[in-house]
Formats: sequence, C-alpha cells, structure tokens
Amino acid sequence: MTKSALVIGGGIAGIQASLDLADRDIHVYLVERDATIGGKMCRLDKTFPTNDCSACILSPKMADCNGHPNIDVLSYSEVVKVEGEAGNFKVTVKKKPRYVKMDECTGCGECIAKCPTKNIPDEYEFGLTTRKAIYIPHAQAVPRVAVIDPAYCRKILNDKCGVCEKVCGKKAIDYNDKEELITLDIGSIIAAAGFQTWDAKLSTEYGYGRFANVVTAMEFERMMCASGPDHGHIKCPSNGEAPKKIAFIQCCGSRSEKKGSQKYCSSVCCMYATKQAIITKEHAEVDEDIFFMDIRSYGKEFEAYIHRAEDEYKIKMHRSSRVACVEENADKKLLVSYADAKGDPQTGVYDLVVLSIGLNPPTGAEELSKILNINLNKYGFCDTKVSDPLATSREGIFVTGAFAAPKDIPTSVAEASGAAGKAGAYIVDKNFVPCEPKVYPKEKETDGKEPRVGVWVCSCGINIGGTVNVDEVTEYAKTLPGVVYAAKSMYACAQDCLEAISAAIKEHDLNRVVVASCTPRTHEPLFRNACREGGLNQYLFNMANIRDQCSWIHMHEPEKATSKSKDLLRMAIAKAKLLEPLEGTKIPVTGAVAVVGGGITGMSAALDVAAQGFPVHLVERNAELGGSYLKYAGKNYSVDGVNLGSFVSDLVKKVENNKLITVHKKATVKDIPGFVGNFKLQLNSGEYPVGAVILAVGASEYKPTEFNYGKDEKVVTLTEAELAVGSNSFKGKDIAFIQCVGSRNDKVKYCSRTCCAKALTNAIAIKKADPSANISVFHKDIRTYGFREELYKEASSLGIRFLRCKDGNDLPSYDGSKVKAFDTILGKDVEVTVDKVVLSCGIAPDREEKEELAKMLKVPISKDGFYFEAHQKLRPVDFATEGVFVAGLAHWPKFMDECIAQAAGAAARALTIISKDNLLSEGIVASVNENYCDGCGICEGCCEYNAIEIVDNGAGGLKSNVNPGLCKGCGCCVAACPSGAMEQKGFKNVQIQAEIDACLGAAKEVIS
Amino acid sequence: MSDFEPKIIAFCCNWCSYAGADGAGVARLQMPTNFRIIRTMCSARVDPEHVLRALAKGADGVIILGCHPADCHYIGGNYRARRRIALLRMVLEQYGFDPKRLRLEWVSASEGEKFQNTMTSFVNTIKELGPTPLRGVN
Repeated sequence: MTKSALVIGGGIAGIQASLDLADRDIHVYLVERDATIGGKMCRLDKTFPTNDCSACILSPKMADCNGHPNIDVLSYSEVVKVEGEAGNFKVTVKKKPRYVKMDECTGCGECIAKCPTKNIPDEYEFGLTTRKAIYIPHAQAVPRVAVIDPAYCRKILNDKCGVCEKVCGKKAIDYNDKEELITLDIGSIIAAAGFQTWDAKLSTEYGYGRFANVVTAMEFERMMCASGPDHGHIKCPSNGEAPKKIAFIQCCGSRSEKKGSQKYCSSVCCMYATKQAIITKEHAEVDEDIFFMDIRSYGKEFEAYIHRAEDEYKIKMHRSSRVACVEENADKKLLVSYADAKGDPQTGVYDLVVLSIGLNPPTGAEELSKILNINLNKYGFCDTKVSDPLATSREGIFVTGAFAAPKDIPTSVAEASGAAGKAGAYIVDKNFVPCEPKVYPKEKETDGKEPRVGVWVCSCGINIGGTVNVDEVTEYAKTLPGVVYAAKSMYACAQDCLEAISAAIKEHDLNRVVVASCTPRTHEPLFRNACREGGLNQYLFNMANIRDQCSWIHMHEPEKATSKSKDLLRMAIAKAKLLEPLEGTKIPVTGAVAVVGGGITGMSAALDVAAQGFPVHLVERNAELGGSYLKYAGKNYSVDGVNLGSFVSDLVKKVENNKLITVHKKATVKDIPGFVGNFKLQLNSGEYPVGAVILAVGASEYKPTEFNYGKDEKVVTLTEAELAVGSNSFKGKDIAFIQCVGSRNDKVKYCSRTCCAKALTNAIAIKKADPSANISVFHKDIRTYGFREELYKEASSLGIRFLRCKDGNDLPSYDGSKVKAFDTILGKDVEVTVDKVVLSCGIAPDREEKEELAKMLKVPISKDGFYFEAHQKLRPVDFATEGVFVAGLAHWPKFMDECIAQAAGAAARALTIISKDNLLSEGIVASVNENYCDGCGICEGCCEYNAIEIVDNGAGGLKSNVNPGLCKGCGCCVAACPSGAMEQKGFKNVQIQAEIDACLGAAKEVIS
Repeated sequence: MSDFEPKIIAFCCNWCSYAGADGAGVARLQMPTNFRIIRTMCSARVDPEHVLRALAKGADGVIILGCHPADCHYIGGNYRARRRIALLRMVLEQYGFDPKRLRLEWVSASEGEKFQNTMTSFVNTIKELGPTPLRGVN
C-alpha cells in the first residue's frame, strides 16, 4: 500500500514541502501545533530584499495547502510517537481539543464578537493587543476556524456563560471536545519545526520588559504591519506618539558568550533590521540608526539593499559597534550607550529601540528529537552534515528550514522542495499508486444559453464593508441585466460562501459567477474551484476588485467608493456575460530531465531525479564530472569533517554507475527548443527529449589582477592556498589574507558569501599546523554567518589578527614585502610584513555561458550576472519560464551544503512536472480565426515565445498557427494583428470593449 | 472647473502594475477615486482600438500601466506597448485630443506608492485639461 508523507510544522518550509509532495501526487499529512498554519512568516510585514508584502505572497500558498486534495492539514495537533522504519513508519498524532467543530465553523466571527471574556494577551500579536477566550488567530488564518482557549473560557472552567454556543448559527461549538489520538501510516517524514526567537528578557542590558519603548524586532514587525494592532502606524508604546528617532540594535542574543545568548550568528537579522528601517522611513519622517558589528549582507541582492538603505534612505550605519546598555530617562526616552568604531564610548537618545533578536531552536526541539529519534547539534538545532544537508541522523526523516540552522525564507523554501524530493523517494517505489486527481462534477452546457449571472459582494470583515456600502452594491447588482441572483457575504473566500456559490450554481441555474471582493491575483483560483465544484466551467467566473483597488485606497470617501464599486461590479458583469467556457490543452509530458552542468550541484540534482525512477541527461562541458570540486579529488582536504576529495569522487562514481543517468561529457548545449514538458536537448551527439531542464552551470573563482598576482610567487588565490593546505605543502610564516578581492567593489558590487568562512577555515588550519605563523586577515566585514561564526571565534582565540579596512573600492596596498592598509578600528595605517599573501577571490558568474543558455530557454539574468529566479522569496529555484529550474552557483555564490540542498529543491520541482503524463495548459491562450487571417506573419514576429508559426493550411493559404503549449497568454499578438484574426481567450476584444462600455456608459444606457 | 470629476480608464498588466495597484491597497495609500482599472495580462494586450473606444465613449483620460523596461513578465511586451502608445499619441493629437490624455507608465508589483503618485498626478493632469472634447457629443 502506498504510504503518505508526514510534514511536521506548518510554516513556510512545511507548506512548501507539503505542496511539492502533493504536486508529486503523494498524499501528505501536515501537522501544525498552532491553530493556524503560516508560522512566523505570516506575521511579518514585508520581506527583504524585495519588500514584498509577506502575508500577500504567503496567503495563496496557505490556501493552496488547505484546499489541496492531496494534503490533510492537521492543525492544532502534535506528533507524539513515531514507530517503525523508513518507508514504513507508524506515527501517532495528538489532536488537541478546539471546542469548535472544524466542519461546521464558517469563521464568521459572531462568537468572538459576543464572547465576554476579553483582555487575554494575543500571542499572534506578541501580546501587543488582546483577544477573547474564543478566537481566530488572525484574519488570514488557515483553517479559518475559531478555537476556544480552555484556560480562560468560563463555560469550560466553571460551566458559566455559554454565549458562543448560543450565538453560533451553525451549532459549531462543542464544549465537550476531547483530545484525540490518531495513527497514520507514513513512508517518510519531514521535520520543518522552524525556530523561536530569542527571549529578550534573558538580557537585562537592553531594558526589554523594563522600558516601554524597547521592543523586539518581531513586535516591531507587527507594529509596522497594516494588519497589525495599529494598522501600520508606528507609535511609541509609552505615549502613542510617532517616534522621531529609532535605534536598531543588532546581534541581540547572538554572537555572544553571555549566559542566555547564543554563540552563533542568526544569519538574517542584519537584513531584516535594514528592511524594517527602510520600510519605516518610507512611511514616516524618522531618523534611524543601526548598531552592528559586521553587516552580513551575503545573499542575493543583499549588498545593494544595504547600500540603498545607507545612500538613499540615509539610514545611519554604526559599524563595529556593540551596544553596552540601554537606559531610560524621565521622558521615557532611551539612552543607548555604545562603543563607536574606534572603541570610544558614546550615547545616543532615541524614542524607540528595536532589538534584532536572534533565531533559536524551536520550542520543544528536544522533545521532538526524542520522538523522532534524531540527533540535535550542540546548539539544539537538528544535526545535519554538509555532504547531506537535508538528512537527519535517522533514515527516512528529513529536515528543512530553520530547524536545521537559522536561515532566510528563500533558503528554507528551496530546501523544503529538496526535502520533499528526498522524502518522496521513500514513497514512490515500484508499487507507488499516485493520488487520484480530484474529480469535479460534470460541467453544465452553457453554449447558446442566455447568461444567468450570480453575484456575491464581499464585506471582507470591515475591509470592504467599513467603507463601501455592501448592501447598496448588492441591491444594485440585482438591477443589472442578466443578474439572476445576488448576495452579500462577510467573507466570500470562507468555506461557507464557497459552498454557497457551488450550491447556487445548481439551485439558480447560474452560468456565470461574479464575485466583488479582493484581487484575482490571490483569490481567483479559490473561486474558480468553487465554480468547478458547482459544475460550472471555471473560466465563466470573473472578479471585481473592490477591496485592494477601492475600499482600501478610498477609505475616507465612502460614497465615492460605493459608487466606484458599483462601476467595477458592472464592468465585471459585462465581461462575465461574454465569457466562454475554456479548456486548458492537454500537453503530453516527457518523463526525463536535462541537467546542464556536472558539478556537485548538477550531479546531486541528477541523482535526486533518478532516485524517483526518472531518466536524466547530464551535460558536462569538460572531460570529467566534478566541476569546481574536481580539484579536490585525490587531495586530503576536509571541511566540517567531510573529505571533499573522496566526497566528489564517490559522487562521480554514483552518477556514472546510475543506469538512469546518461552522462554527456565534453558536450555543449547547441539549443533547447520546446516548452514545459516537451524540451529537446540538442547536443552534438544527438537530440534528447526531456520534460524539464535544470541549469546548474556553476560559476568560477574570480581571476585576480590585483597584488601583482601571477608575477609575484608570494601571492596566491584562496583556492591555491586551500589545495596547498590540503596537501600539507603550504609555505609561509607571515601571512596576510586579503578579503573581498573581486567582490564588494564598484565593478562587482555583491558579496561572494563564502570567502570569509573559507579564508578562516584555512587560516585556522595553517595556524594549527604552525602556531608560530603570523596571520593577518584584512577585511571589510567578517561574514561568517550561522554556525560558521565558530570559525571567527576560533581564529581570534588562536591569535589570528583581524584588521578592518574601509568599505569601498580600495584594497590594502602591497609592495612585494609589506601589506599596508588603514585600520578603521585603530584609526591609522597598519603595515604588516609578509612572505605570503592569500587573495580571497570572489565568485565570478561566467556571464557569457549563462547568457547563451538564457537565450535558448528565455530565462533572465540578474544585473550581477547570475540567473534570476521567478520569485526571490517563494520561488527560489524556479524560473518564470515553466519547466526550467536553477540551482547552485549559477543562482548565487554559496557553500557546498547549500548547493546540494538547492539541487535537491530543483530536482523536486522538476519532478512535480515530469512525473505526470500530461499537463494542462492555461486556457487564456491566443487563437486564430482562419477566416480573417491572411498569413502576414506580424503575430509570429512579435511572439516572445515562438508560439506562433505561419503554416500552409493545405489549401494554398498561409495561416497563423498558435501552439497552445508554448503560448503564455500575454495577448501581444492580438493587439498586433491588423486583420482582427487573432484573439486571446478570456481577454477577447469584445470582452474588453464590454468592460470599457460598461465603465463609461451609465447603468441605464448599458441596459438599453 | 473645480467640480469636474474626470472619468479615467486605467489598463493594468496582471503581473506588475495590477499587483502594484493591489500593493497600494495593502499599504492603504489613499488616492482620488476617478479611475477604473481594466486588467489585461500584459500591457501589450492593450489594443490602440481599446484606447480609442474609451475616448470615443467619453473617457476623459486613459492610462496604461506596465512592467518596467526589462522586467516584463512576457519578456518584451512592455516595449511593444511603448511603441504603440507613442504612435497613438501622435494620432490622437491629429484628431484634436491633447496627447496628455493618454499616458503610459511603469509600475512594478512592489511600487504601491508609485501607483498612488502616478494615478494622483494623472487625475490632476486631466482635471487641468478639463472634460474630454467629446463631452456632450455622445
């Protein structure tokens, strides 16, 4: 029998892992201990470095998870026992009593409004506001179901009150609800337990808990957020006034030897503090100071973000300063005492202090590790190896996200996909039975029938109803021609309304559905699904956006907003009446993957795809596999206990011995025409059909021209030093490491991420082999993020000297025997005599090779020369071009473990496509009316996707022909067609014209 | 002309500017109510005929919003929109419309504020220009 997968933790990592498993047709149980999924991410305001609204990019994924036929979300539940072994686990899950029936509750909020037990600190808002004894965690909660807090509910405590039961129209309240244990048959497990933030009360020096105006970054995140307690108006807690001066204190609870603090770096705080400072500045006149030791902006586009904060937003960056303490004066202002870059004591006065609190292992990590029987590392996070970063110490159990180490959202998402791939391999054996696709009722015939439109007008709580007169709009809808049914709804997206839509389609014989609510970008899939449930073609649905683009932007003009809502609804109905049922085209899929690049990343990805039984074509331009790690083969060089030489040799062997992997060496890609599910990999040796492509073409070490490199034999690159260390042949007594060679300058603006840790790894090895060696590291910041902070500490304690140079273009000078630089901490020039100079060269993108492939596959390259993914936060290994994925250094500089995790992610994403027999294309593609087409070819020329071909129609005429598999539905060709032969389904000329006419004609005219 | 409330049609591409308009909403950025958005998948879907129809039906102004150059979700659709609108503005002038009644702007998905500023400024421009010369003709 095919087993299910179990995902523990419903944050972004758990959600992504569940979705990828489910899209691979594997059944998933997603267990979340809170009453809603969404984890920490759904409480963030914006996300760096794109400043995307966190809830807006996450909510659709949460809804997807909840509505996915292959996912069972077990919220408010915990795993209590795991028995058995990989492929055959028996897992016991405890469902905590909610006292509210999940199937009945519609999330209407009536019980909450009437509940008399209030003033309970709201955990979701970190106690910044209060909630009642019955509550829904937050507006976007999934599932949107109330829960009773038994610690406060008077009925449960002493059998009084009972108001919620009385007011619930659905009889959903169940005071006798009991804890329930359920047993699940599980093939593999993914632990995505996330993290908890450091408890700021553990340190007294910052005054958290004592001074009203000292807040944690998570609290500040809620204060910034439009959906937070103050609707995004940042106020000082002491007096409710807008702060004029804010201090952000970095490394609170991180990088510290103090009791209660953590020694490691929490990896994300520099960026999130900068984001908070930028966003705050965008909304208010405020002076902001950030106090930090090193600014660790090592990720994609992070460095540019920091520069923008400093140069454009004038946020003051206090480098290399640690805050000693925070005091409060009589006016409740905060006095921040710090040592400046030179070590001199200073004090600043601020209205608000934000503590950039670190990331700690999740609450209950130890208990969970015992239940799962997996090892934790010395910091209490899940233990992993750099050679297999997603595996735990127990076979069949994988880890993803911040449970393994502090990390940012995109890394967690990429890993989550990777863990889904690894976990999937334990389920898709030869007896694997994929989940049945969901069966919808037969679609009703609408051809030739008069439109019968059903309209729902949403209040969205008070989001719409607080401004727009929803009753009036609903009544107005009833007067419009074609409308046979109109209703208002508190939340149109809630399960009760979705079911009402499906039912009304049958009851009122509706053949068009229009919902006036929020934006189709997030909610259209939900309503389309409701239409399908009701037996209506999903393309016969239309939305009017009366929230984001009306009530929210005209909050103080209720009459005009109501009138505008009527217009928008009238336009949506006018278009809806002309909509036609559409079908996506079924496109057959080739069940094979092309991986371009045979380095660690490419080989890992190939093995991950093959592990699920699909063939791979692995293309390597060199004569041997191994990429940039080939240089370690035969060398005795270890990092984090993994011998890189034998690791890479073993990997090559595994790949070459795998019957499903065809290795093409000394091969370059001539072209890869085709589209998702149907690419043709063209090599010199022939053409190979594949369904998806993974680009793992890597990058290379920057070739230095500085420091007389190549002419002066004292000067070596970090790689050369590393190999010498690996073969015990490193020579040198007085050694200078020069950081940021080929990084963080005017030409190459980004940080290469890995050089600091690599330099320190080698410096430590050299110093340990020869304690008399004098080692100096010239740097701008030391960016040993995460647990790699240990290297920094160890290096310092071994007596390795760190000299902080100025940020900017200038590197230290070198005259053949001395390295000289301005030490910003000592405030003077420092000279070091050397017999060896190690250049920590950055990672160069190899832009030309990337560009060739980019042109073939129509994928973008970022301004730094690396591939540019579909979405920096939530689609880190996808390209906007479907069926093409990226991993490893081709995406951004990163460490080996990060490459391997990302490779697994790309493989898993590719598997969600190629494991299917068919794909369904979008219905809104271009189509040709051959009667009008005279084959001029203008459309062919303007199509960016080669979806249009001019073909002989057999009757001697040239006609345009659209390949619906390639067409992305932009509609460019339609506007270009001079003869009106081209149309875009779902955006036809008549449909757009109907919207225009309905907008400009008064209702009366439209009727006539 | 202080009581003149223009009618404006705004075409927004699904990926950038429509998302930017949503972003303005999420951030609760306030702006005049005078425009109505029509969503297309790409700014290149906007047919010059749609603009002409809107103006013919009495719109006081038409604005087309797309992804920034080089950011088009459909690779180069916005460049085509730019060329078409540039030509169309010349045509409009010949027909007696002030070309300022037709505007093309780039608003990315993250630029709620730019959306707000763009719409506010366009409404002000149209208010200064006054009602469409076709007012009362229909």
